[in-house]
Amino acid sequence: MSNKGFRPDVDAPEWKGGHTPYDIIKEGTIALVVIGLLTVGLAVVFGSPDIPAVTIKSWSNAAPIDFANTALSELNGTSITAAYGAPYNVQSSSASQQLGPIKLEYWVGVHIPINTTKDFVVDPLEALPNQPVLHQNLAQWNGASKATRTKWINNYTKVAPKMKFVGGQVTVPSANDGPLPVMINDLTMMARSGALDQALITGDSFYSTDYTQSLLFISDGSYLASIASQQHLLGEQWGVMNETGSYPGSAWLWLYTLWYQIPPMSNSSNADVEVLAIMVLLTAGLTLMPFIPGLRSIPRRSRVYRIIWREHYANQKTN
Amino acid sequence: MTEIDRQWTTRLRKRSFGKLPPEKMLPDTQPSYVSSWIYVFGVATISALIVVIATGCILAIFGPEWWHISNIGHFVNSLHLWSVEIFFFAMVVHLWGKYFMAAWRGGRAMTWMTGMFLFLASIVTGLTGYVSQTNFDSQWISTQAKDAINSSGGGGFFNLLNPGQMLMWHIVLLPLILVILVAVHVVMVRIKGVVPPFEDDQVVAPVDDEEVVAPSAATVESAGAPQ
Repeated sequence: MSNKGFRPDVDAPEWKGGHTPYDIIKEGTIALVVIGLLTVGLAVVFGSPDIPAVTIKSWSNAAPIDFANTALSELNGTSITAAYGAPYNVQSSSASQQLGPIKLEYWVGVHIPINTTKDFVVDPLEALPNQPVLHQNLAQWNGASKATRTKWINNYTKVAPKMKFVGGQVTVPSANDGPLPVMINDLTMMARSGALDQALITGDSFYSTDYTQSLLFISDGSYLASIASQQHLLGEQWGVMNETGSYPGSAWLWLYTLWYQIPPMSNSSNADVEVLAIMVLLTAGLTLMPFIPGLRSIPRRSRVYRIIWREHYANQKTN
Repeated sequence: MTEIDRQWTTRLRKRSFGKLPPEKMLPDTQPSYVSSWIYVFGVATISALIVVIATGCILAIFGPEWWHISNIGHFVNSLHLWSVEIFFFAMVVHLWGKYFMAAWRGGRAMTWMTGMFLFLASIVTGLTGYVSQTNFDSQWISTQAKDAINSSGGGGFFNLLNPGQMLMWHIVLLPLILVILVAVHVVMVRIKGVVPPFEDDQVVAPVDDEEVVAPSAATVESAGAPQ
């Protein structure tokens, strides 16, 4: 090939210099042994974190009022999951995240259908056996018109800030709220017994590996987030790259989590899709670096390679 | 051309050995410019990956909850965690080292790109590992990270809240993808060799990317140029 047209950031000069002995198998073996020993050393000295999972049972026993208020939010449609939109339920397009006119979340639609009133509250309660008072109240709920249900929910929601947990029961001041006090109280009792954990996981099947409903219900409350906050895992604590305790986490995600700290993403309702778009662009840029004029010149112009190949350049100078 | 020469097997063998003869696959010498600690991080990344896979296999033998109830299991989990940390550390240093060498030069763009794909696949493998731990970490990470996946429209198909699906991705599909990508990446490195340094005349007088300069060497490596 002719020298004409040689592009220093695309082409490489053919090496016509010397060669040195190189035992690739020996190098690989030594590297494996060293990395293996380093791994064992770090594992022996530091171990690894393992904070037990939060169950609905442990949550409702530790924070029954938080649980009962979350149950109410699932019933009245104000929980995060109830108002989420795709892929869980049908909402207006404004409920889904969008990047300008691009509404991928909304366009793809519902693929894991969840009706929080039915799936998180009514169905689990109906599965409870030998509860005549509860089932009378559920019959009242099921037989009521939409307007009546809305009236009950609104009345209960008004007195909910005065909710108390006394003698193992959830109580609210009396209001014209139909079956709701019984439903919320009995769901809390069901949760505290551990029965709600099982009801949400198994559904109609004996086997299940899908914890979508349980995890969404738990994350709608504030208990999970309070533990995450103690473990510096919240978004504003750079939680994406942190690990529980003082262990190193996904440090390689530092740039990803950085964008969440910067306006407009830090206070945007579309932060996830905005950060994702930025990272897709940057990643595409880095992947396609060899083909992007200007950007591919940065390594040559930065002259960092002079440090990497300092022996080579020193030898060239000597010769 | 004989019948044997026309055989698919013969053609594949000739083509494979033509591109990657044994002395290139398992070289016993290397260019003298390959003399820096930065070159260690490629083999360190592969070594860490071997430890990651080996410890992951032990965890797989006993199941995803073994490490919560067994001291030995917890230790194996610690090995898995720390080998992953070393793996990412070595890979990131390797990546930036290759970036500052402009290691895509001389027809090595695909080697660079397969390395980037490896980095991305490793991040997804790490995420699926975190959400497969069956502890608080899994709960918090899955419920937070789901929003990013959902915002892309992919949440209905790649459900971080389904540990069964995530475990399958983590221990079957993604390791398979990683191992294939590593094999392709290493073979490309062996075929093309390690990128030579910038020529001194390019060093002394930096030129615009689009300008052309004549290197002191008589020939150059470029995309598609024979080695």
